[in-house]
Amino acid sequence: MSSLLRLATAGSVDDGKSTLVGRLLYDTKSVLADQLEAVQRASVDRGLSTPDLSLLVDGLRSEREQGITIDVAYRYFATPRRSFVLADTPGHVQYTRNTVTGASTAQLAVLLVDARSGVVEQTRRHAAVLALLGVPRLVLAVNKIDLLDYDEGAFAAIAKEFAAHAESLGYSPSSVEAIPVSALHGDNVATRSARTPWYSGPTLLEHLEDVPVAPDPHGDPFRLPVQYVIRPRTPEHPDYRGYAGQVATGTVRPGDEIVVLPQGLRSTVRRVDTADGPLDEAGSGSSVTVLLADDLDISRGDLIASADRPPRLAGELTAAVCWLSSSPLRPGAKVLVKVGTRTVQAIVEDIVSRFDEQTLSTVDLPESLELNEIGSVRVRLSEAVPVDDYATSPRTGAFLMIEPRDGDTLAAGLVGDRFSMIGAGAP
Amino acid sequence: MTILEHTPVAARDNLAALESEAIHIFREVAGEFDRPVILFSGGKDSTLLLHLAIKAFWPAPVPFPLLHVDTGHNFDEVIAFRDHVVEKYGLRLLVAGVQDWIDDGRLTERPDGTRNPLQTQPLLDTITEHRFDAVFGGGRRDEERARAKERIFSLRNAFGQWDPRRQRPELWNLYNGRHRPGEHVRVFPLSNWTEADVWNYIARERIELPPIYYAHKRSVYRRDGMWLTEGPWGGPRADEDVTELTVRYRTVGDGSCTGAVESTASTVDEVIAEVQASRLTERGATRADDRLSEAAMEDRKREGYF
Repeated sequence: MSSLLRLATAGSVDDGKSTLVGRLLYDTKSVLADQLEAVQRASVDRGLSTPDLSLLVDGLRSEREQGITIDVAYRYFATPRRSFVLADTPGHVQYTRNTVTGASTAQLAVLLVDARSGVVEQTRRHAAVLALLGVPRLVLAVNKIDLLDYDEGAFAAIAKEFAAHAESLGYSPSSVEAIPVSALHGDNVATRSARTPWYSGPTLLEHLEDVPVAPDPHGDPFRLPVQYVIRPRTPEHPDYRGYAGQVATGTVRPGDEIVVLPQGLRSTVRRVDTADGPLDEAGSGSSVTVLLADDLDISRGDLIASADRPPRLAGELTAAVCWLSSSPLRPGAKVLVKVGTRTVQAIVEDIVSRFDEQTLSTVDLPESLELNEIGSVRVRLSEAVPVDDYATSPRTGAFLMIEPRDGDTLAAGLVGDRFSMIGAGAP
Repeated sequence: MTILEHTPVAARDNLAALESEAIHIFREVAGEFDRPVILFSGGKDSTLLLHLAIKAFWPAPVPFPLLHVDTGHNFDEVIAFRDHVVEKYGLRLLVAGVQDWIDDGRLTERPDGTRNPLQTQPLLDTITEHRFDAVFGGGRRDEERARAKERIFSLRNAFGQWDPRRQRPELWNLYNGRHRPGEHVRVFPLSNWTEADVWNYIARERIELPPIYYAHKRSVYRRDGMWLTEGPWGGPRADEDVTELTVRYRTVGDGSCTGAVESTASTVDEVIAEVQASRLTERGATRADDRLSEAAMEDRKREGYF
């Protein structure tokens, strides 16, 4: 069976990101004849001499009219070894909002730079947002290398500068790969280029196929946010009572000792059920139904967790937030916080600091956080909820802030102090 | 900053990951909405959707009714299959017939006879009448460029409209189903599936489909580069020759605009081999309605289409 890799792309305007994505789709034969014909027709309509592969990606009318990408687009391609879900995130308009949306589930991000300009402000900002989200691996695609006559020195300088920046963000050298490419001509995208004989590393596609997607280590403590209680009350299943949810981290087996939070009730797992029959063990990402040995009062929003390593119960959170709304965040804001399957009322007591992704420094006690700004906040919750630090358990340390009246999503939240390492590592 | 050393996604097997994601989405909706409904036409994507819903709530019954917006131009085999599935699983099916809207003047037949765009009004009227707040659809992002930008939870305003510029950011697996009274949310559990994933999963789960997805002999005529079949939707015209071919359908929609493809694939495995070798997308090969303009799907979605 092939595995699945979720990746995101990021880059600034005119780095050729849509062309790179178009090239990946084209070279993996994921573009079919009718799509290509449509692109050829549209390219001719626009007076272009060669098909513009970015038109494969820019889906909305206004995007094609303006020649820019506005919203995150999801693309699918596959090789015999892997299936890929690619979130293509626009670089300029609301880049934080889009990058956070595209990268929150990504296992790898491809950052694009124009070889002529190298690492620019936008690259640093994108990398900082990706680090904040904890995207495990980065690829720097140094694009338009053809315009520098495939110059090794230029590539090496960019790769070195980026590696240093990534390291200051906490990335180990083995988790960052720089690749010289020309999306336009296809060099080192899916086929090795004869014009970069000095480059011995993988093509972009080879790297995406080979990069280890580390399996969830068994050492992580078990967490399952309860989504729904399954009680058929049918003649065949008169007493069935199962707690349905997706394993957030760790594994669960029959016989495991668990605790239900926030109530603090303890019990033992009697069965891990699915429509295909009971399982000996379920790991993170699996949607299962857990049956317990005891009759407990458990409902949606509760968390079933490993009894010996439970999460903490917090009535107050310190967290990083990416502010995604056009109305600014000010201290005292009343919001809803959705963490796991639980939604509670909350007040933002303080904006502790604002994070500057360019200098990797923080500004203390800003008056507000504006759209696309990142900061650290202190939030008081109407009731204590079980949470982990995002750094140790992203699925149970991530939350949404929601506007109570219209339901809009205001912010992406990450529990814990996400900026603490930065001062020491800043260049 | 700590970079995560592992990934929380179960990536061991592509289909298992997609199945778990879809089941998670069904359960979120069951937990957060009052009146969800599943759009069900009997086609392969909605049959897959129903299969996943059954698995999500097993051994309890699916806690939602089904809704079919029937253009009146559907294939008999598909309607028979639809009714068979509803009876087999003891489900509740609502049918909104485009014909009823035409008969009482709420809709007017289009000159080209195509009824696919006419489904929007009955769909929105039925959502309003039954106060449905979450509507599951089988749409996939790989189908079409505008769909590639669609969220899994897609908010629709009180007029049922989609505004691609005002989509909510969708973060982690934390779906935001909040909406104001009168608004509803379209939910797409198959967002991340491709046509190949759908067929591989149908094979793995041995999911029954209407017979017209497999090769059969059929009288067809050529129009706009597609093989259309005879039916109450009109056609063939006098200048269109009818021939008998061995065909199958890659997509099943309104008979007036859904084309058959020449094929001898009569089993799931043969279909999978054919899909992998195909040089045309399923919509490009079989849907006249998407050929109307560069942004045909985007325009229909804005108006409230599936």
